[in-house]
Amino acid sequence: MYRTGIEPPERVWWKKVGRHEKVWVWIAFAWCMVLFAMMPVWHLRGGQNPSGIRHRVDPADFQARVAEFVREHQVGTDNGLPVVAPPPGSDVYLQASQFAWIPVVRLRQGAEYTLHLSSLDVNHGFALYPLNINFQVVPGYDYGLRIVPNEPGEFYVMCNEFCGIGHHLMVGKIIVEPADGTADAPAAGVSTAGGDR
Amino acid sequence: MSAFRTCPTTGLQVHRTADRLIKANAVVATVALLVGGIAAVLVLLTRWEAVLLLEADMFYRMLTVHGMNMLIFFIIFFEMAVLYFASAVLLNCRVPAPKTGWVAFVLMVVGTLMVEWTMWTGRADVLFTSYVPLRAHPLFYLGVILFAVGALTVVGHFFAIITVARKEKAYEGSLPLVTYGALTAAAIAAVTLLHGAIIYIPTFLWSLDLMHVDAQVYRLIWWGLGHSSQQINVAAMVSIWYLLGALTVGAVVLNEKVSRTAFVLYVLFISMASAHHLLVDPGMGPSWKVWNTSYFMYMAVLASMIHGFTVPAGTELGMRLRGAVQGLFGWLKRAPWGDPGFSSLAFSIVVFGFVGGITGVTFGTEQINIIAHNTLRIPGHFHATVVSGTAMAFMGITYYVIPLIFRREIAFYPLARIQPYIFAIGMLIFSMAMTFAGTFGVPRRHWDIGFTQALFQPEFTPAVNLIIGVMAVGGLIAITGGAIYIVMTVVSVFFGRKMAADDSGLGATGRGLPPGITNPPRALKPEDMEALPPSGRLGPVPGTMVLVLIFLAAFILYYFVNWMLLSFLWEVG
Ligand code: HEM
Ligand SMILES: [Cu+2]
Repeated sequence: MYRTGIEPPERVWWKKVGRHEKVWVWIAFAWCMVLFAMMPVWHLRGGQNPSGIRHRVDPADFQARVAEFVREHQVGTDNGLPVVAPPPGSDVYLQASQFAWIPVVRLRQGAEYTLHLSSLDVNHGFALYPLNINFQVVPGYDYGLRIVPNEPGEFYVMCNEFCGIGHHLMVGKIIVEPADGTADAPAAGVSTAGGDR
Repeated sequence: MSAFRTCPTTGLQVHRTADRLIKANAVVATVALLVGGIAAVLVLLTRWEAVLLLEADMFYRMLTVHGMNMLIFFIIFFEMAVLYFASAVLLNCRVPAPKTGWVAFVLMVVGTLMVEWTMWTGRADVLFTSYVPLRAHPLFYLGVILFAVGALTVVGHFFAIITVARKEKAYEGSLPLVTYGALTAAAIAAVTLLHGAIIYIPTFLWSLDLMHVDAQVYRLIWWGLGHSSQQINVAAMVSIWYLLGALTVGAVVLNEKVSRTAFVLYVLFISMASAHHLLVDPGMGPSWKVWNTSYFMYMAVLASMIHGFTVPAGTELGMRLRGAVQGLFGWLKRAPWGDPGFSSLAFSIVVFGFVGGITGVTFGTEQINIIAHNTLRIPGHFHATVVSGTAMAFMGITYYVIPLIFRREIAFYPLARIQPYIFAIGMLIFSMAMTFAGTFGVPRRHWDIGFTQALFQPEFTPAVNLIIGVMAVGGLIAITGGAIYIVMTVVSVFFGRKMAADDSGLGATGRGLPPGITNPPRALKPEDMEALPPSGRLGPVPGTMVLVLIFLAAFILYYFVNWMLLSFLWEVG
């Protein structure tokens, strides 16, 4: 005899499961195992993983590292922000703080970089427009992500973690230049005047 | 006056203290819903760029007010009422420590008021996650602590009621499934509130400059609280699914072992699930992320997939046993769609599963999280779970709580019949549009995606404006449904027609009572089993079998489409 869920069943409710109910449980279980397997599989085969090189960093040290990075590779300015063009294969430092991403970075299509993200104050969110690549930026932690830009263009870094009253003002820029010879022409929107040293 | 009254509808002995505690908690929950709902209108009309109602500071403040009042105060006060109902009322038992019950209630209210004060006066513009080192007034954290201590006391009280019921033999046999489900919710709540204490006490001290709190450690432990509390909501919601099924159509439990094991899975594997909020965080490595989200979380997913089968299956079988045997879906045709309890149940299951569940599991995948984290996909997902699922179920059960516990008829009953449709359809449009906008990378918690005052002006494709417009319209429809609910419950509770102590409402017509009370599903007889035609290839519940297979297909499709979208991106790692 069946009961509803508000009637107390007899003491021993450990009864044999119907065949169809059992089949569904096994199908669901198998699907859950697929869900599980996909993650390690993507680590081995897939190109997009949030692993990164991770370690603690003192915000002041990170800020100093960013300043040094700008000093070494600055090629211009854009809207008052330094524009930096590091060589392929190098480490790139992007600093989040209320309410700016510093500096503007110029990369080359198809080259590999290690993008270091950290914050000087509160949590921020790295959100690459229009690609929809998102990472959490936490003060005190350096998140070093290997990236290979696969298409040229202008990309923007929005902040998608609430970081205070000016949160929505926080937009940075990443420029990717085409892999062919045109690379040295300044990308649209970047004034090199006065910035070249 | 005796300490107990006899419920004329169910025959249960109801302790009057339980009645009062349920009423008090439910009333405060509704007030929180109202406050959160007002904030919802303001936030919604600001995110709709075409209106951009609030200034930036007020937007973030109202978003904090919305998150706290809805997710914390409304939901948890309601759950306290559910705990008393599922223990004292369903088990015919007294409330052993009435004073403790009231002290806990007062603690929670005082904590709530402290938090409200800091939020409304602009001393806590930190959103409900209050990520350190964003700083709020110390009373904000203290308020949360008091609230949590009060809730923890209610959880302890719930365990005490069950123990007393067992000792005093208030019921025969084992705990009913609904109470069992509430028990698992309470067990998870105990773990959750412990995390809450571990994180909010140091944070309170930090706000007084007495100690240091690491930003990443905060996120880790905070989500131990934040996510497991969602599992309380799920366990409570599923318990209410079984309850509403029983009240509206006499849904049966196919197999107690399966349903109960699924509840236990929630308890065992959920505290690990906080990991899926930290998938793209710098503090943890890939093996920690994969292990904690996948293996453990998917066992909780399994549990939900089991309930997603057993609840509709129990409904189907309950109805087939009462004669609705035609075809695959004859039972759905015969179902009481005009009963707001039933329609809420149906929408809650469908939207929770198809929208909330599928998106949640997909976004909670380590790598796919890269294209979901902190975009509008996330609030899109949880407005389909905790709102369309949990809040919808809570609204549905209200249509029974008002007559059974408050002993009042439902005011504006014809409106009550359509309220679930308005709310569910609005929420469905809203949450799907929000999720869709998020696939374009539109950030959550953002005042101005036009970036009018920012250094650079990225421009989303015009499609995004359209989608946000659809989202706003859906949201306004949902708010209409929510407003009807609030007006109706308040008027019913304070001014509704009273029901006499012996008035069961049975057979009544034209009164503000749902069909599950006026015309309850008849009791099952042994002959009903024999009258059931032999089952075909798809088993005793063929309709449900087809529905869950459609669900699985949708799940697989959405999941792999997301992997495909991910694979187009830059290589990153
Ligand atoms: C009545 C209809 C509702 C509407 C129209 C609505 C609308 C919204 C909107 C527009 C946001 C802002 C999203 C963003 O900018 O990131 C939001 C956030 C949120 N809503 Fe709702 N909401 C409703 C009901 C609810 C309910 C009932 C709950 C909980 C039970 C809830 C929980 C939340 C939470 C937790 C947030 C996130 C706040 C944050 O990011 O800090 N909402 N809602
Ligand atoms: Cu920011």
